Amino acid sequence: MFPRPIQSAGRTATFAYQAFLPVALLIWLLPLLAIFLTSIRGAADINSGNVFGWPSEFQMAANYVAVFTQSEAATYLLNSVLITVPTVIISVALACLAGYALAIYRFRVAVPLFFLFVAGNFIPFQILMVPVRDMSVQTGLYDTIAGQFLFHAAFQTGFCTLFMRNFIKALPFDLIESARIEGVKEWKIFWYVVLPLVRPAIAALAVLIFTFVWNDFFWANVLTQGETAKPITAGVRALNGQFVNNWHLVSAASLLAAIPPVLMFFLMQRHFIAGLTLGAVK
Amino acid sequence: MSDATAPQAASWMRRNKLAIAPWLFLIPALLFFAVYVVIPIFESIWLSLFEWNGLYRADGSSTAVWVGLDNYVKLWDDPKFWTSLKNNVLWLLLYMLAVPVGLGIALFLNQKTPGMRIYKSLFFFPFVISQVVVGLIFGWFYNPDFGVVGQIFKWLYCEETVNIVGNVTFKCSGTVPDILSNPDLATYGIIAAGLWPQIAYCMILYLTGLNNVASDQIEAGRLDGAKGWRMLWFIVLPQLRPATFIAVVVTVIGALRSFDMIAIMTQGGPFGSTNVLAHYMFETAISEYGERYGYGSAIATVLFLIMLVYISYFLWRMYQDEKGGR
Repeated sequence: MFPRPIQSAGRTATFAYQAFLPVALLIWLLPLLAIFLTSIRGAADINSGNVFGWPSEFQMAANYVAVFTQSEAATYLLNSVLITVPTVIISVALACLAGYALAIYRFRVAVPLFFLFVAGNFIPFQILMVPVRDMSVQTGLYDTIAGQFLFHAAFQTGFCTLFMRNFIKALPFDLIESARIEGVKEWKIFWYVVLPLVRPAIAALAVLIFTFVWNDFFWANVLTQGETAKPITAGVRALNGQFVNNWHLVSAASLLAAIPPVLMFFLMQRHFIAGLTLGAVK
Repeated sequence: MSDATAPQAASWMRRNKLAIAPWLFLIPALLFFAVYVVIPIFESIWLSLFEWNGLYRADGSSTAVWVGLDNYVKLWDDPKFWTSLKNNVLWLLLYMLAVPVGLGIALFLNQKTPGMRIYKSLFFFPFVISQVVVGLIFGWFYNPDFGVVGQIFKWLYCEETVNIVGNVTFKCSGTVPDILSNPDLATYGIIAAGLWPQIAYCMILYLTGLNNVASDQIEAGRLDGAKGWRMLWFIVLPQLRPATFIAVVVTVIGALRSFDMIAIMTQGGPFGSTNVLAHYMFETAISEYGERYGYGSAIATVLFLIMLVYISYFLWRMYQDEKGGR
């Protein structure tokens, strides 16, 4: 283990380390802490510049209720869910199929096709912006929920396929080989042999894609216009304009937007980290 | 007669099963990916040779006008383009700090004391939050009147005086810096905000890497008297190479993709001083003064070509690994 375990440096060092940890964490999360404190303050504190002091009044419930009653926050949150969930389902499903094909079969274009998915995953969004927007306008998908999740699903399929293909490739090939010798049909091998084995990968991808898409801001701006189809990230920006200098309300809205991915991360932490690191490192 | 061809077709299917099956599995993903990702790339490059406001005539034909390389010539003489490009370079260079700082925090946290798991995940927190929220938090942080920077400045440089009536006034030795309104500071302010989640990302990559460092090599190093920096440099870092590679790749891509923070914190201002290519392209293509799809596409093409260098490098590395594998 590197660095050397702190315990080997003696009791004092261990104690000092454990005492310093929360301090370091506090400094690291200071911005978040400050915004949380702001979100439970009253307007008076904001105007008098009371940032770190004890709140002169606790307005937590009032502030969060105000966000919902004075703005479209509820619609935005619902839209985010309606965009994110179908994206996860479609992109992971497509990637299971494509990843299986690219990992198991040996055909000439397997590697180039795989690289196409990998490359597509790294391109700047701007190179897609004009054609995708134009296409959405032409097909009536502009400013709709479906227009957004279809695009996200297609784009995330690149990352998911990269991940799935590497995951399936690492499975023991004998399993598939012996099933073939037994005369099992190809799609049955996929369904009964491979799919149960890739469950951890599906979980990892689901949390990752959920977070990526939930936090998207660029496409929300490109593909929506009004309030009806806006997700929470774009919504929070709109709120920021609406609640000028009402920082207690802006903070409350921001934290609301952050809660679902944070929850997702805490509930599925192991899968999340496995996804972030394994997908790329192999 | 038709009965005779059916079994024949079926047996052809069966004989070529292993050649056909992969395509059946691939087609949905490939089709989807082609329509939304692959084809638009070429469309964008093609569009960058036109001047177009995104409108169509009544008969459905596009109003785009062929201008050849004109958009690129204009780009060359566009000071805003050069400012954006310069800022992109700045982002790229300063964003790289996330890699060593992330490694530093990972080394600090790589201990086994009670509650360590919770600490690690709390340190990772900033990455999970949307960049929009991070941008808003830091925008408020930097706000000279209501924010943290203003408060700290007051503590350091201001004297509080209470007059007879009880009104509090501040006498300050200077004005509070308004970071995001200062063309010289604004970009650094945004990059600092962007570094926060990026450091968390690099940290988690290194924490996972440190988990997999071979302990026998560390022990062997210790026996040979290596410790501290020498141990880190000669024994640990070489084993962390995959983590470093990914950390650099995601940081480069993050830096070139930076859009959210700029859109939230300054919208490219003041006076275009914080623009980067990604944001300038968006601003140009969809602006209040009418859409300029052709010019926007030209900016996007330049950004794409820059990114292509990194993508090619990444693919080349992957190809080397593939050849080594099965």
